[in-house]
Amino acid sequence: MMEIGLVHYLIVAAMLFTIGIFGIFLNRKNVIIILMSVELILLAVNINFVAFSHYLQDMAGQVFTMFILTVAAGEAAIGLAILVIYFRNRGSIAVEDIHLMKG
Amino acid sequence: MIYTLCFYLFALITVFSGFMVISSRNPVHSVLFLILAFFNAAGLFVLLGAEFVAMILVIVYVGAVAVLFMFVVMMLDIDYTELRKGFGKYMPLGSLIGVVLLVEIALVGMNWSHVQVTTDVATATPALSEMNNTKALGSLLYTNYVYLFQLAGMILLVAMIGAIVLTHRKRPGVKKQNINRQVMRRREDAFDTVKVKPGQGL
Repeated sequence: MMEIGLVHYLIVAAMLFTIGIFGIFLNRKNVIIILMSVELILLAVNINFVAFSHYLQDMAGQVFTMFILTVAAGEAAIGLAILVIYFRNRGSIAVEDIHLMKG
Repeated sequence: MIYTLCFYLFALITVFSGFMVISSRNPVHSVLFLILAFFNAAGLFVLLGAEFVAMILVIVYVGAVAVLFMFVVMMLDIDYTELRKGFGKYMPLGSLIGVVLLVEIALVGMNWSHVQVTTDVATATPALSEMNNTKALGSLLYTNYVYLFQLAGMILLVAMIGAIVLTHRKRPGVKKQNINRQVMRRREDAFDTVKVKPGQGL
């Protein structure tokens, strides 16, 4: 067994980030899964921040993690609210139908 | 040893449940795997000595965001099999982009060397014997970052107002108390004094 270092955490974060991007492309029609993928991406960023915070012995990384958490919570709330009113109007949440503003 | 074991356990479950979030057939299962991913990421944070952020992750993400997702998934009556039709179509492109991204990140990681700059950090972590994680975070958040902290509160307020304004609707046929009208109501509007002549009735 190796000693767990910064690189191990960075690898986990990179895998989570890639999974999030992959999820956005894979579920092109389902907005809920796309929002969850965005949450996964933000979680990967948070892991990076906390890992660097620990290995550089700098507290600022954890402070910024909290701000990212705030933004992620706001983004999820607004995104789901838009989703709910879109579903109320159209009866579907397929992203491909969202081209009303194309003109 | 136990640290290494815990790290691999948390990391594997995090990545696995992250993968299940995007690939499971039922969105309810996706949300549940998202919760599992958050719990294990919180475990990783505890391993890194960031207990407060770990607890915040569990409370905010699992207690609020994931429950919000669960509400929306269960409340909206959506035909999910219809939404999964393009799954196979986007698989090659998505895999390609995922692999390219992973290779790029790996290239960056291989050519990057970690420089220890602990000597001149602006906000160094205090020793654990001196101050615990929560206290250290608070003493930083309420001093150096107080404006950003207030701004984060404003963001949450705006998000809350936005979500309420977006989803609020006036439904016809629902009786609601109008306090303004109740207070403005005067005696003259409600009563009408009629002088009845004797022996005639109204």
